[in-house]
Amino acid sequence: MDERDIAIKITGLKKKYRLGVIGGGTLKGDIESWLAKKRGKDDPNSKLGSKTYEKNETFMALDGINLTVNKGERLGIIGHNGAGKSTLLKILSRVTAPTEGRICIDGRISSMLEVGTGFSGELTGRENIYLNGAILGMTRAEVTSKIDQIIEFSECAQFIDTPVKRYSSGMYVKLAFAVAAHLDSEILVMDEVLAVGDMKFQQKCLGKMSDVSSSEGRTVLYVSHNMSTIRQLCSRCVVLDHGKLVYDGEVENAIAIYSDIRKGEKKPKIDLRNAIRYKDLKMMRQVSFLTAEFLDKEETVFDVDETVRLKLTLDSKIDIHRAKIRLGIYDIYNRKIASAICDNVGSIHKGGNEVTLDISFEGLAEGTYRGELIVFDNNDYGTIMEYDIVLEAFFFELKHPLMEYNWNARKWGAVRLTDMKKI
Amino acid sequence: MEKKWTAIIEPQKRIFDLNLKEVWQYKDLIWLFVKRDFTTKFKQTILGPLWYIIQPLFTTIVQTFVFGNIAKLPTDGVPQFLFYMAGNVPWAYFSSCLQSTSNTFVGNASVFGKVYFPRLTTPIATVISSLFNFIVQFVMFLGFTLYFFLTGANIHITWVAALTPLFIAQMAILGMGFGIIISSLTTKYRDLQVLVGFGVSLWMYATPVIYSGSTLSPKLYSLMMLNPMAPIIELLRYGWLGSGTLPLLYWGISLITTFIVLFIGIIIFNKVEKTFMDTV
Repeated sequence: MDERDIAIKITGLKKKYRLGVIGGGTLKGDIESWLAKKRGKDDPNSKLGSKTYEKNETFMALDGINLTVNKGERLGIIGHNGAGKSTLLKILSRVTAPTEGRICIDGRISSMLEVGTGFSGELTGRENIYLNGAILGMTRAEVTSKIDQIIEFSECAQFIDTPVKRYSSGMYVKLAFAVAAHLDSEILVMDEVLAVGDMKFQQKCLGKMSDVSSSEGRTVLYVSHNMSTIRQLCSRCVVLDHGKLVYDGEVENAIAIYSDIRKGEKKPKIDLRNAIRYKDLKMMRQVSFLTAEFLDKEETVFDVDETVRLKLTLDSKIDIHRAKIRLGIYDIYNRKIASAICDNVGSIHKGGNEVTLDISFEGLAEGTYRGELIVFDNNDYGTIMEYDIVLEAFFFELKHPLMEYNWNARKWGAVRLTDMKKI
Repeated sequence: MEKKWTAIIEPQKRIFDLNLKEVWQYKDLIWLFVKRDFTTKFKQTILGPLWYIIQPLFTTIVQTFVFGNIAKLPTDGVPQFLFYMAGNVPWAYFSSCLQSTSNTFVGNASVFGKVYFPRLTTPIATVISSLFNFIVQFVMFLGFTLYFFLTGANIHITWVAALTPLFIAQMAILGMGFGIIISSLTTKYRDLQVLVGFGVSLWMYATPVIYSGSTLSPKLYSLMMLNPMAPIIELLRYGWLGSGTLPLLYWGISLITTFIVLFIGIIIFNKVEKTFMDTV
């Protein structure tokens, strides 16, 4: 790779935060704590009984990130809350400094971690365009040369000489985004700013972003939880998890990985005691799933037409005579797409129980799915009583042995009907 | 060949990594901040910029009454009103520079936390907007001086008056220097914020604002003159009213102090600005 094409080069980036309260908060408190430590006494400011954090107990928000972004790329950054996305953007926008590592940047960088940073309510829209533009790094002359475009893009021409404190929140956002969209900087860093504003304006902004990137060769770094905007805007995508980079490449693959980052390994035997459960059960979890095991399997990867055997163990505090088990299936976009029911589980006794089920996933397209397990019962009137709902029981992957191409779940759906036959 | 990067972000290591050139690149931003302060300050007020004048005018009247008429402090034969105003107006400038810049980090945390620009632009802009206040007030002071001069009061301008721009710049630098030191420390300790308010008003009594340097014993006088603000006020009064003492040597010390304060201020500020978002 030619070095000249690189816009951002991140090497060994780490950011450490100290856990617990930073300092005593007051000078007096810090001096007291310091004196006490000198004399070997207890810190008078530490709360009794609370867990005291050692001085070197730290949290790595970013733990060794290496990443190279080329010019003109639109890089999406995804990850769960706390994965380190915002910390990365903050360091890139120089709001805070890294603990270790280094970032080399070629080109001016503008960041939008928030829309309308530095807007002053008393100033008019026009004055705020200048102010915001300057905060984001433009000179007066640059703003002047673009002000007509900005006003037009913002759709606020009518109100441009009104103080922005009288603006509706939508207008405010539009104006703010319009400024950012017209920045001259070669690199644009954005944190979920498009989450605000109406759909039409969002689309307009995404269009504008793609435009500046492809026609002017500008680099865009975009963080979002909204996968559809990531898909629309980004040409490449990285996934962060616990401060580490876990994937770098194709957008669709990144989203798939992001969606099942929690699934861990595809182990055939799963402990369900600490799995994520539905909390507001009416029946007080009188029955609980303990484990689930796919028999005769090394991992939870199945052929589409295969029948798999699942052994469940349950612990019950009551006797149920006509227990039923339901298996709900979610796709990677977290849409519930199907359910399978076993109506004749029979009776569940007080204490330990074992149920073995044969499951066929026929009809589902290939892809990765999540299974949800429910044990329930119904009374004579057909009302359903659910005893335990394990929302994330297991993850599994379905393979279609005879496919020459990939099933595009986003566009084609999750159900593959029986193949059509040519007559 | 090693590539030339526009910017390199790394954990700060060198103390003298100041990058003042960047501040200059953002001069438009400084100007816009000044303009913003100016426009927002008097929005929705009836008297508007008239407040610039009312404030020092009333302070002077009250001081004339309390210190001049009740306490009967001597004013070196200068009309009391002028004497107090000559102390008041520059002191107000210094204290406003100090107090408003001392809030830089905590007051701007929401903006600083979202976008990067050289942080020094904010205190500089604050000092400049206070300068507008000061100029208006100083012109008012000159007007009164002229009036008293024409009505035959015992005042005369001396050559020291020509140094006024220097004094103004020095007060701005001194105020900002102390201000940014305090603002850097308040990111962790909020105590200082409380201290600033009454600290500045106590400081005024250590400065010849409401009394003349000539009324002090020589020992006390030299002690007071180590206060960097004291020679400035004393010299301004000597320059425009021709009264009081001429502490030129002490002014030299004051200048050195000023630059030391500014230097320390910028270094601490620069160190804090990189990571203050994690502690503020």
